[in-house]
This record gives sequence, structure tokens and C-alpha cells, in this order.
Amino acid sequence: MDIALIQRIFPYFLEAAGVTVVISFLAFVLGMVLAAALTAMRLSRSRALRFAGAAYVSVFRGTPCLVQLFLLYFGGPQIGINLSPFTAGWIGLGMNIAAYMAESMRGAILAVDHGQREAARTIGFGRARTMWLVILPQAARLMIRPLGVNTVALIKGSSLVSAISVIDLAYTAQRYISSTYKPFEVFAVAALLYMLIVIAVSMLVRLADRRFAID
Amino acid sequence: MTQNTPMVEVRNARKSFGHLEVLKGIDFSVGKGQIFALIGPSGSGKSTLLRSINQLETLNEGEVWLDGERVNLDIQGMAYERHINHVRQQMGMVFQHFNLFPHLTVLENITLGPIKLKGMAKAEARELACDLLAKVGLADKVDVYPSRLSGGQKQRVAIARALAMKPKVMLFDEATSALDPELVDEVNAVMKQLAAEHMTMLIVTHEMRFADEVSDYVIFMDGGVVVEEGPPAQLFRNPRQERTRQFLRKHLSA
Amino acid sequence: MQGLDFTVLVEYLPFLAWGAWWTALISVLAGFLSFGMGVVFAVALLYAPAVIRAPVAGFMWLFMGTPLLLQLFLIYFGLVQIGIDIPAIWSGVIGLGLHYAVYNADILRAGIASIDKGQTEGSRSLGFGRLQTLRYVVVPQAVRLTLPPIGSNMIALLKESSLVSVIGIAELVNAAQLGISSTFRPFEFYIAVAAIYYLLNLLLEGVLALIEKRVEATK
Repeated sequence: MDIALIQRIFPYFLEAAGVTVVISFLAFVLGMVLAAALTAMRLSRSRALRFAGAAYVSVFRGTPCLVQLFLLYFGGPQIGINLSPFTAGWIGLGMNIAAYMAESMRGAILAVDHGQREAARTIGFGRARTMWLVILPQAARLMIRPLGVNTVALIKGSSLVSAISVIDLAYTAQRYISSTYKPFEVFAVAALLYMLIVIAVSMLVRLADRRFAID
Repeated sequence: MTQNTPMVEVRNARKSFGHLEVLKGIDFSVGKGQIFALIGPSGSGKSTLLRSINQLETLNEGEVWLDGERVNLDIQGMAYERHINHVRQQMGMVFQHFNLFPHLTVLENITLGPIKLKGMAKAEARELACDLLAKVGLADKVDVYPSRLSGGQKQRVAIARALAMKPKVMLFDEATSALDPELVDEVNAVMKQLAAEHMTMLIVTHEMRFADEVSDYVIFMDGGVVVEEGPPAQLFRNPRQERTRQFLRKHLSA
Repeated sequence: MQGLDFTVLVEYLPFLAWGAWWTALISVLAGFLSFGMGVVFAVALLYAPAVIRAPVAGFMWLFMGTPLLLQLFLIYFGLVQIGIDIPAIWSGVIGLGLHYAVYNADILRAGIASIDKGQTEGSRSLGFGRLQTLRYVVVPQAVRLTLPPIGSNMIALLKESSLVSVIGIAELVNAAQLGISSTFRPFEFYIAVAAIYYLLNLLLEGVLALIEKRVEATK
């Protein structure tokens, strides 16, 4: 282990970790918003909306995230979309993770006992109010863990933006590995920072899970 | 080895689970072709005793012998593994819950041991399995998976599986306890047939009538000790101990 | 560049097919590796002595908490560093395989632990040893039980195999990049690549459904 090297490169990695955190956070927000919209589409009464929602989820889950990023960043200009690597990065990641998050949300909503729906309807609540007042509060609890899994996957997956030259943790790691030929040291530094981010997020998820606990 | 080497011999068997002493020094020996029934209330230690004969439980003290060979050798690691696998091949065990392998067909359940442990050719193993299945009355179930069988059928397959290893002794651990009452007889019939063929057997059972009918010798256990033992005629019809009488009164009336 | 022109792809179709073939091959090899090593890790976690169990657990923890891309860099450059000079494609296969082995092991461990104790006793009473019991009785049942989540891992593996293009291994994405470098039409090529992955994905899902159906018949 070359400790001096680790000390020398650490500041650069800290900065890169900031990029990873910010890009993951932006992608998370976009993913949640899109996923909520997709879930609403998939549970709606309109067949066209249901189909569109399902098609989005199927396409984005059925193709590699890397290819989606390349399509957006390299292919975008051909259809008039010119994005910086950073912007293409978080938008691409967000659009991708939205498909997985939508699956988590839909699963949680469908997991709420059918009796709850019937009970709310018998009281006289309409479809929308049943969803909003009875189903969603219960489903919210159920979706925290799967959404947490999605978010951890998103953070690790954010490394793909290095392939469109966003200077994140993975990009920095690759650069230093090929310039120093010390793969183990560089990996150790990058791994440590990824782990810290993942552990922090996992703790937040656990906190949220406890906060929303019903029983 | 002399003529009167017992097939199974247990000397001063002691076993504790933590502070609970379940076997407090048991001795008996089973001659070749003999059929022993172990009876007693639940928790009396009879199942633990049977399971320690083939080392599914290990005794804290005492000796187990199979046909002149010490079973519970005081060795560790790979040497013990080799020894115990060798010994277990000579003892067939039938469990309360059958423990058939659900991912294998009836045929594969029976032939797995002979093929993998004894290196038997597949065709020969199949023939052996078919013979055994015919014997237990399930010749038509060769290629069926266990989930398609009734409890009684499963237990008969389990017996055939144990027999396929050509064991010197068969150990039955409450073989009919998990069965619906109407399925008990078909399993008992197979066991009686084995008895008629002079298979050495140790049977842990709660069915007194069956024990009376099939066994040569009965051991009544309670609280980790042998309370009374003797031929069924004596033990069932003329018990000497009060505890035996109490137990039998409860179980024969049923 | 004005407008889209998908006809440029026609000329490159054999080239893309060649890339798809390599993607499939890498995925199949890595898939088998991830399964085999997954079983080994799971068994080690459950039964091995602490000197083996602890490093395996540590390795799994590390590989679960870090991105596959980073692991690919480590293996690609690291193997050379410790004097193992193998073709790049193998570092891709090993990286992908180990990454998913960790996830498979996590699932298989739970599966193995859930198999009834009576199964082990039944096997041991016949005279099978510990490892034989695992091999013939416990692991086959655990695999049948965990087939759906392991199948999802295989689907994820197929898609993530695209990452090996980043360390310069020739496969589908790499083939597209070569095509793009001479046509300057990334949009058309990446749409084609996405479509091919989608089809491969459907194919794999079909195969997995078929396997699950066959296994279901044995229940």
C-alpha cells in the first residue's frame, strides 16, 4: 500500500465524491417525480396512459443504462438536444431509475390489502380520495425499503456518467489508475468514498422506515 | 467375530441437551434378526436414543456398536466423516416426516445412494429400485415426484430408499406418527413384511398394538432411563412396574 | 448533422450482429461464473470456518457497496499489476461474474438456510458426507427455490455487460462505437443497440420462464 499516494490523491477524490453525490441527488429527485407520474399512469383508467406507462418502464428496464446515457449525450444533438455531460448525466440517470422506482411504487400500492379499498369505498370515498387518504399513506410505508434499494443502485450506477466524461468518483478513479498504475490503492480510496455515501443513504432509509412505521 | 456378536449394542448411553439430561445410562443389545420396539411417553428419550445409534445425535458418554464395529469413535475431522459415512451406509433410517428429496423422482430418491455411494451402475440401480418399489407396493410410481404421493406412499418410498443401501439394521423413528390414521396400515404392513424376512429392526413407536404384534422385545423408557423391558407378552400383559402399567393404561385404551 | 437516417445501419448490421454475439457470449460465461461462485460463496458463508468465512463476507460487502465499473477497472488493471496477463475479455468476464456472484450468493445463502433440516438428516442417514449432501440434496433444492431472483440477476448481468465496453472489450456497444466513428450517427446506432439489447433481454426472459416452468413441474 502506497500511503503517500493515497494522501496525495485523496483531496481530488473528495471533490469527485461531491460530484457523485450531487448528480445522484438530482437524478433521485427527477426519478421520484417521473416514477410518481408513471405510477399514476399505470394505475389510471385510460388504456392509452396505462400502455404508455408500461412501455416506458419496459423499455428503460429492458435496455442498459449506459446505452441510454450514450443515446442522450451523443445522439441527442442529432435531434436538437444539446446537453452538457453533467446535465445529460443526471437526466439520463433519473430517467433510467424512474422505471425501477415506478415498479417499487406500483408494487407497494398493489400490496395494500384489497379490503382497505373496499372499506374506503363503502364509507363513500371516491376513487381519488380513497387512493389519497387510505391507500397511499399505507403504501408509502411499504415503498420506503424498495425505493431505498433503488437509490443505492442509483448511486453505484451513477459511476456510468464517467463514460460521458463527467468528472465523478469513477472517472477520477479510472484516471488515477491509468496514470499511477496503482489500481489497488486507487480502488481503495474510491471504494471507501462510495461505501460512505451508500452507508449514509442506507441509514437515512432506515430512519425513514422507522419514522413511518405503523406498528 | 463370534456367532453371538449382537447386531446393535448400546452401552451406558448418556446424553444431555444443556442442563437437560435426556439419556441417563441406557444399555441393550439387539441380536441379528431381532425386532426391538422402543416405547414410552414423549420426551422419554426414545427418539434421541435411536438417533444416537446412527450418530444424528452424539452421545456424551457410552458406546454404540454395529455388528462388532464401534460406531461412536472418539475421532475428529475428516477421519470421523469417513468413518461415520461408512457406518451409516449399513444402517437404514426411516423418519417421522419421511425426508424424501422433493427435487428427485421416486426412482432417483432410491438410486441416489447406491449410485453415488456404492458406485452401482445406473441400470442395476434402477432394477434394484424397481424390485424394492414392487415390494412396497408402489411399482407404478417409479417416475413420480414425492409431492404427488400420499403420506403413506411417501413413507413406503422412504423405506425402499433405506433398503436400497442393503442395511444391516433398520431404524424407524415414529414412522407412522405423521400419517393420517387410514394410511398407517399400509406402512405397518411393509414393516411386518420386513420382520417376516428377519430384518434386524429398532422401532420407536407410540402404537402399542403394532409393537405387540411385530416385536420380539420391548423396551419401555421414561425420563431417560429404561423402566422395564421384556418380551411383548410379558411387558404388555403382565407389566411389573407401576409406571409401565400407568403408561399402558393410557395408551392401550386409545 | 441534419435529420435521422436509419438506412446507414443496414451496411453495419453484420457488424452489430457480431457485437451482439460477443455480448451474449460474455454474458453467458459471466452468468455461469456468477452462479458457480455464488454457490461457493454461499456455502462458505454458511459452513466454512471463520478464517475462510470472514474474508468471503468482507469481499461480498465490498463488492455490494461499490459500482461494477470500479470493480472492472480494478480487475482489468489489477490483474496485470499482480502479474496475471490475460486477454482483456477475461477481465470483463471475471469482473461481471464476481460482481453478480456476490448478489447470487446473498440469495442462495438464504435459500440454503431455508431447506428443512430433515433433508440433511435424510441424506446423512444414507451415508452421504457433508459436501455430498450439499451437492446432491441441499443446493439443488435451494437453487430451485431461488430461481426467480437469480433469474433477475442474470437479466441485470446481461444489461450491465455493456459496461465492459468501457475497458475496451469488443462487444455490442463497442461495435456501435466503431460504427459511429466512421458514420457520425450515434443516435441511429444507439437506438439499434438498445433494440438489440431489448431483444436479447426478451430472449433471456423466455429462456428463464422455460426453465422455471420445467422446475415447477418437479414440485
